[in-house]
Amino acid sequence: MLDSEMLTHNLLREYVRDLVSNGQRIDGRGFHEFRSIEIRNGNFTKAEGEAWLKLGNTQVLVGVKADVGEPFLDTPDKGVLISNTELLPLASPTFEPGPPNENAIEVARVVDRAIRSADAVDISSLVIIEGKLVYMLFLDMYVLDYDGNLEDALTMASLIALGRAEIPEVEVKEDGEIEVKESKWKVNLKDIPINFTFVKIGGELLLDPVLEEEQVSDAAITLAIDKEGRICSIQKKHGKFTMEEIINAASIARSKWPEMAEKIKEAI
Amino acid sequence: MPLYVEKKPEVLITEDGVRTDGRKPYELRPIRMTVGILDKADGSAFIEWGGNKILAAVFGPREVHPKHLVLPDKALIRTRYNMAPFSTPERKRPGPDRRSVELSKVIREALKPAIFVENYPGSVIDIFIEVLRSDAGTRVAGVNAASLALANAGIAMRGLVAACAVGRVGDFVVCDPNHDEDMWGDADMPMAMLMESEEITLLQIDGPMTEEQFREALNLGRRSIRFLYEMQKEALKRPYQVVERSVQGGA
Repeated sequence: MLDSEMLTHNLLREYVRDLVSNGQRIDGRGFHEFRSIEIRNGNFTKAEGEAWLKLGNTQVLVGVKADVGEPFLDTPDKGVLISNTELLPLASPTFEPGPPNENAIEVARVVDRAIRSADAVDISSLVIIEGKLVYMLFLDMYVLDYDGNLEDALTMASLIALGRAEIPEVEVKEDGEIEVKESKWKVNLKDIPINFTFVKIGGELLLDPVLEEEQVSDAAITLAIDKEGRICSIQKKHGKFTMEEIINAASIARSKWPEMAEKIKEAI
Repeated sequence: MPLYVEKKPEVLITEDGVRTDGRKPYELRPIRMTVGILDKADGSAFIEWGGNKILAAVFGPREVHPKHLVLPDKALIRTRYNMAPFSTPERKRPGPDRRSVELSKVIREALKPAIFVENYPGSVIDIFIEVLRSDAGTRVAGVNAASLALANAGIAMRGLVAACAVGRVGDFVVCDPNHDEDMWGDADMPMAMLMESEEITLLQIDGPMTEEQFREALNLGRRSIRFLYEMQKEALKRPYQVVERSVQGGA
């Protein structure tokens, strides 16, 4: 994500570009290396499933809340999954209070698309009574500290929160009354679609950009890889790429998937 | 329909003053304060209080937008209290509601008297409070965290503002009401003080109290707030470390 209002100083631009042309990055990482990932455990929310994830200095908190309600008219045989991102004003001096702006909406949709297109959550299994009553899962993605690459951090945190979610079972009585039971069921994650975000600086592809790299980048793209190694979603953001660059990005992402998927499984 | 059943306890407080979570009337829940946990904010703090988990961050003094809000002789103080959608048993719709608008105001008015606003003419100090998990007493927990975040941001202050709620359950005046007492108790009184001068900067009451009960509540409040103030100072003196304490014998 690039916020056009961010003041990008030419000095920073030159500095980052010089480093890249010498094969280096500002935090000393390799071009295709993720920052360290840390999961904070501590019952931070009242959600049915949650994950507080730190990707370097980027911190996100994702909560999955469940509800029961009517399905959408055009999908009576499917439950509901709703994704929402809040770019909290405490996460960055450039974020302002108010309803989600285009950046927040884009990020939420990029995460949602990866999860949906890989069919990671079997939404058919959320049906209680077809056409009448289904589980509704709300994926609320909270950005706490913004140091670049929200897409990948939020996708990983969302998968962990979904994988951890324990949702109360309900029973529909003969008179139509709904009883919430003590017993719980777990969301079955059928796939682990992970987003990989690259920025292009001086013709090089850099995985998992920090904020400064996002600010000075020529182009940005996010690709999701599923367990079969397929690309299940792509979002090109600003700038332009050649076909070779995108194919290259996909093969780097594919080679990184097993390691990242392992981390997510471990956290669940 | 939410997947949540509210259970009212049979007894809120026993005759000998034992509460639904086992505390005595004058006891606080466990509290933990962490300062400086966010990278991009100028100052930040995290407070865990009972089941509450609340983040506060401060930005500023910085340029005011929109420009017509500029105060030529002092800093503008803005406060936003916000609850996460996953902070409550039933999902809360994102965005401000009437309650959070009011709380943002009273919290701003609790903190502002502590800040040397005249030191920062023409600028703004933004205070953001995010309730990640709520469990009764979020506004007072938020005030404690915000006060720490202000100090962590290096804002010149007359002193720290500490806060605690007091409540009434039947004939008992209780310190730091829990969820059950918040829901079914008889009165709730959040208060905040500038401890350096023992001046009250936030006081609200919801529910009836006799004059005698009110006096008792004020005294119990002050005692608890002093305890929180000592914790705040310790949290600030050990920056980037955790101060943790559970209270057995009362504050």
